[in-house]
Amino acid sequence: MAETKVAAYICKGCGLGERLDTDALVKIAQKDGKVPMAKTHDFLCSADGVAMIRNDVANEGVTHIMIGACSRRAKTEAFHFPENAVARANLREGVVWIRPDTEEARETTQDMAEDYIRMGCAEVKAMAAPGGNPNTGSSKTLLVVGGGVTGMTTAIEASKTGYPVVLVEKTGALGGMAGQLWKRMPVHEPFKSPADTGVADLAAQVMGDSNIKVYLNATIAKTDGAPGRFVVQIATESGATHTEDIGAIVQASGFTTYDMNKLPELGGGKSPNVVDQLGLEALAKAAAAGDGVIRRPSDNQPVKSVVFVQCAGQRDPSGTHLAYCSGFCCNASIKQAMYFKDANPSVDTTIIYTDLRTPGNGEDFYRSAQEKGVIFTKGKVSGVQPGSNGSTVSFHDLILDDANATIADVDLVVLATGQVPNSGVDIFAVPKEGEGEPEVKPISILNLNYRQGTDVPQLKQGFTDSHFICFPYETRRTGIYTAGPVRRPMDIAQAREDATGAALKAIQALENAELGRAAHPRSGDLSFPKVRLEGCTQCKRCTVECPFGAIDEDEKRFPVFNESRCRRCGTCMGACPVRVISFENYSVNTVGAQVKAVDIPDEFSEKPRILILACENDAYPALDMAAMNRNEYSAFVRVIPIRCLGSVNTIWVTDALNAGYDGVMMMGCKSGDEYQCHFVKGSELGRVRMSKIDDTLKTLNLETERVRDLEVAITDIERVPEMINKYVEELVAIGPSPFKGF
Amino acid sequence: MSANTAMAEKYRNNFLKEIEEQVEMGDWVKMCMQCGVCSGSCPTNFQSAWEHPPQELFMMIRAGKREEVLTTTSMWNCTSCYNCIVRCPRKLPITHIMHGIAEYAHRLGVAPKMQPTRFFSGLFWKNATKTGRVNELKLSMGLYFKNGFGAGVKEGMKMKDVALGLIKAKRLNPFEILGGHTCKDQKGIQAMLKKAYEIERSRKAAKTAG
Amino acid sequence: MAKHEYAFYPGCSSQKGASASNYLTSVESMCKTLDVKLTEIPDWNCCGASIGYAEAGELPRHVMNARNFALSEKNLPGQEIVATCAACWLGARETRERLTHSDTLMADTKEALKEAGLTINEMPEIRHMVEVLIEDIGFDEMKKHVKKPLEGVKIAGYVGCQTNRPFGVDGESFENPKYLDNMVEMVGATPIPEYDMKVTCCGGALAFSEPDKAQAQIKDIIESAYDHGAEMIVTPCPLCQANVEIYQGQINQKYGTKFNIPVMYYSQLMVVAYGGSAKEAALNGQLIRARRLEEIAAK
Repeated sequence: MAETKVAAYICKGCGLGERLDTDALVKIAQKDGKVPMAKTHDFLCSADGVAMIRNDVANEGVTHIMIGACSRRAKTEAFHFPENAVARANLREGVVWIRPDTEEARETTQDMAEDYIRMGCAEVKAMAAPGGNPNTGSSKTLLVVGGGVTGMTTAIEASKTGYPVVLVEKTGALGGMAGQLWKRMPVHEPFKSPADTGVADLAAQVMGDSNIKVYLNATIAKTDGAPGRFVVQIATESGATHTEDIGAIVQASGFTTYDMNKLPELGGGKSPNVVDQLGLEALAKAAAAGDGVIRRPSDNQPVKSVVFVQCAGQRDPSGTHLAYCSGFCCNASIKQAMYFKDANPSVDTTIIYTDLRTPGNGEDFYRSAQEKGVIFTKGKVSGVQPGSNGSTVSFHDLILDDANATIADVDLVVLATGQVPNSGVDIFAVPKEGEGEPEVKPISILNLNYRQGTDVPQLKQGFTDSHFICFPYETRRTGIYTAGPVRRPMDIAQAREDATGAALKAIQALENAELGRAAHPRSGDLSFPKVRLEGCTQCKRCTVECPFGAIDEDEKRFPVFNESRCRRCGTCMGACPVRVISFENYSVNTVGAQVKAVDIPDEFSEKPRILILACENDAYPALDMAAMNRNEYSAFVRVIPIRCLGSVNTIWVTDALNAGYDGVMMMGCKSGDEYQCHFVKGSELGRVRMSKIDDTLKTLNLETERVRDLEVAITDIERVPEMINKYVEELVAIGPSPFKGF
Repeated sequence: MSANTAMAEKYRNNFLKEIEEQVEMGDWVKMCMQCGVCSGSCPTNFQSAWEHPPQELFMMIRAGKREEVLTTTSMWNCTSCYNCIVRCPRKLPITHIMHGIAEYAHRLGVAPKMQPTRFFSGLFWKNATKTGRVNELKLSMGLYFKNGFGAGVKEGMKMKDVALGLIKAKRLNPFEILGGHTCKDQKGIQAMLKKAYEIERSRKAAKTAG
Repeated sequence: MAKHEYAFYPGCSSQKGASASNYLTSVESMCKTLDVKLTEIPDWNCCGASIGYAEAGELPRHVMNARNFALSEKNLPGQEIVATCAACWLGARETRERLTHSDTLMADTKEALKEAGLTINEMPEIRHMVEVLIEDIGFDEMKKHVKKPLEGVKIAGYVGCQTNRPFGVDGESFENPKYLDNMVEMVGATPIPEYDMKVTCCGGALAFSEPDKAQAQIKDIIESAYDHGAEMIVTPCPLCQANVEIYQGQINQKYGTKFNIPVMYYSQLMVVAYGGSAKEAALNGQLIRARRLEEIAAK
């Protein structure tokens, strides 16, 4: 590579020129930043300003660019120099917008700007322009696992977008759960009556699409590789195995109904006249094939009265059954009650519910059922006693507060048992100790040949991990997406929408993979982790901690990076005790150099210095937005954006404290089950590591208050400045760090 | 066989259907979604006057609690303030349904006999339709004397100050007892009402037969 | 010819010597000033009111109102029917809605009307007097006639139920109608927009049949008016007026309160503001005299 030549550009636009002494900043860049070339421009992001930089790159041999202007989150298109290493000193959102424009504030504001110039120059010198992942694959084929509504929709959507699809279905027919329904709840005006499921149409579309290759009676025997170059072995009924080259995967493995045999008190398994919702669909299908009359399984007599028991084995706080609401069952029971009422209005149909949940147009459907004479009773069913002449349903009437309410002579009882996800093996399951029957082990769906396990990780209740607001389809395995009821309970309409979203995410992943770029959330990032293996101690922290299973191990237990599986969070970098993992543009050095570049005034100056390591996904944007709203905060802080709390190497903190900083604020996303971390486990792992910082502080004889771990969300626009100002006050009260001036 | 027994037998287990066919606006009962806004909006329910507020009555009708519904004093506590109607998210005409159930219970002769509002309601209608216009004095007297002469005098004495005040303000005319305001075409009004009752009876009977 | 002409349905309580006769007197004076001509529907009958429900049934109730429609159509063709009483207006409007929406009910009604030698060909518009004031005359015009603004008089606007629900005045909310406050302001007095009992029920007919229940509500209505510094209460409804005014003595006895607050009709305020005499405003029709208004009227 050519010789490094750094240039610093300082913008005078957006009020920077009026508020700051930019000539002094140029001198700082030259003297402290030691850059050979430093310039100002009145309006750096203008065509003229950008042309100036380009000209220096082309004619002056500039390789490293330090831009002192606005936040790195602003003007990204203007300041896009993919061939160069680029650092940004945030003088606008980071300095002038968060400081008052007063005479008293002028000095500290200028101090702040000067430090950011020093930091930017130090950072850019520690960087290299990222070259992109060379280890790419170029398969554009999408693998869809599951041939239900979700899977079929994914396949059709991907095919329509121009991508070939391989669809694997374990049974002998497409359709999944929806294929077992007689009808579905309506999705069009006027939402009054059950509608055709549409499954036959979908299946015909899939089978008639030459771009979709369907394997029936088939399972995934092995999944190897990474996005863009997955190698998937498909085992078929005949015993033959087929190998497919795959770019990205959508797992649409659906759900199973909760086993009603676990509900004997509700008559589950006790009588043929107590069925689950799927059982009723079978009876309705049989009726439709005959005279249209739904019959009692025990004696084939027409059903004259039917009771639907909502939340059967669901929303159970005791932990025995499902803890959650499956969301679709209220509408499903309404639909099934209409099967009876539409055929014969004199059939008594009662739905016993505690809370009827029919969101959106389900409300119209509910009303339609009321118009048709379906009786809705708010109550909690305590028991179903099957008898020779029909069942007796006992319940607590919650409106009349009658604990001993009953409905007798019920021909058929339908239990709304809800959805249990087919999510494969729980790779984090702790084997149960003690005796008892051995648990039936779930069968792996994907058989991933990954160091960390055969299936995608689960979050809660057996559902695959997914962030329901920000990134619903992302699993913790790059290039593998889940859609449909495997990731949360849902109905057909939601599953179809889910399928469409997942198909697009999968396409995005395989396209990025081919270009050697990261997928969500650093979409388009060309950097990737590089490891200096000669320094590696085979400690396995990186391979264990990588939230995305990107790092395997070779026979000698050295890490093997699968760059295409990597999300570039830097959790491995933060984990590495010997600091041999780095990115070209983000490393222990790039941040460490910034920490060291800050000018630390002596203890008599009354100018404390506080380092803020701010997550670039939430905390840093929150700070930027606080600036846009002109929410002021202390001039004593110096903010360094980090990719994730998980990437924080404790050396940065100890270096800062040794250098005489008075305190360190770590701002990361919420961790745990309700995580908001864009790298799922990054902030959690970062916090676990930082929890040991107290020992370090003790050895340095420093107060524990000097390091603060904070949860910050992107919406904390008002809160973050308050947190900063409060912390500064606290530190002033404690007094200056004894390490100043060493 | 009493009217009540006849109806009970006719509709047997289906009290909801009975209400739908026999009660004004009764076909709305099935549309209640049990949110309870009506009960929470009722001024007299605030005073716990309702043994079963509207939400409960709707539930009881669906649960077939015929006797309890028809004999309760609950709906007779309605002040016709229409708050439940304008607040019901399902747009049930609750005030009218309450009046309707009350009227039906009264019609079947099972409404609580000495419920004062039931008594006053009948009294008012008779007073208003007798001559076509309300005679306020006779109306009040009729109410006070509902429990016999002695009780009536006592009730009347309680209201003495109010009455005297009204007379002084020329808003109560003691001579109304002798006649007072009336419509001219009383004959026409009586004939018209007789016909209306006739038609209404035959309409309800047709439903019962159908 | 008067600027505005309507068929007038005064209702039972507004008759001479009846409980709302003061309402009628003040409405007549008010209409004179505003050049509104009200022609009483000949031989009109009672609307049945809400409370008649136990005996009335459905059809007889509607037939009673329909008779008034028929008489209006026959004697005052083309004129809209205006009621001053909330219950009359509500009863008539309800009948109008039901007949309009049910052909059966309409046919049955016509059949019964035939017995009285009457019929309906066109459905009349049913208006409350306050609708006429707000919509047909307008606040600007009403304000023009103010000669003696009721300056400094703090008045709680008690809208009550039946002019407000279920139909209400167009453009007003059920929970917080503002027209009465606007009228108070129009006559130069001080409204109390934060008066929180403005749409609370006075108990209606229960004031007769179950006075304890009604008086509990009336107590809250008056108490809140006092709490908000009101000197008097104004209402558009005869039953509200009567219930809130005449039981104050009994409530005082029962609850140990010292209520003595005048309860007026909007029309009385307007007549006084328009320079009318105490007699024209029927101020002598109050059980609790409105001294402030009497003083202004005497000036």
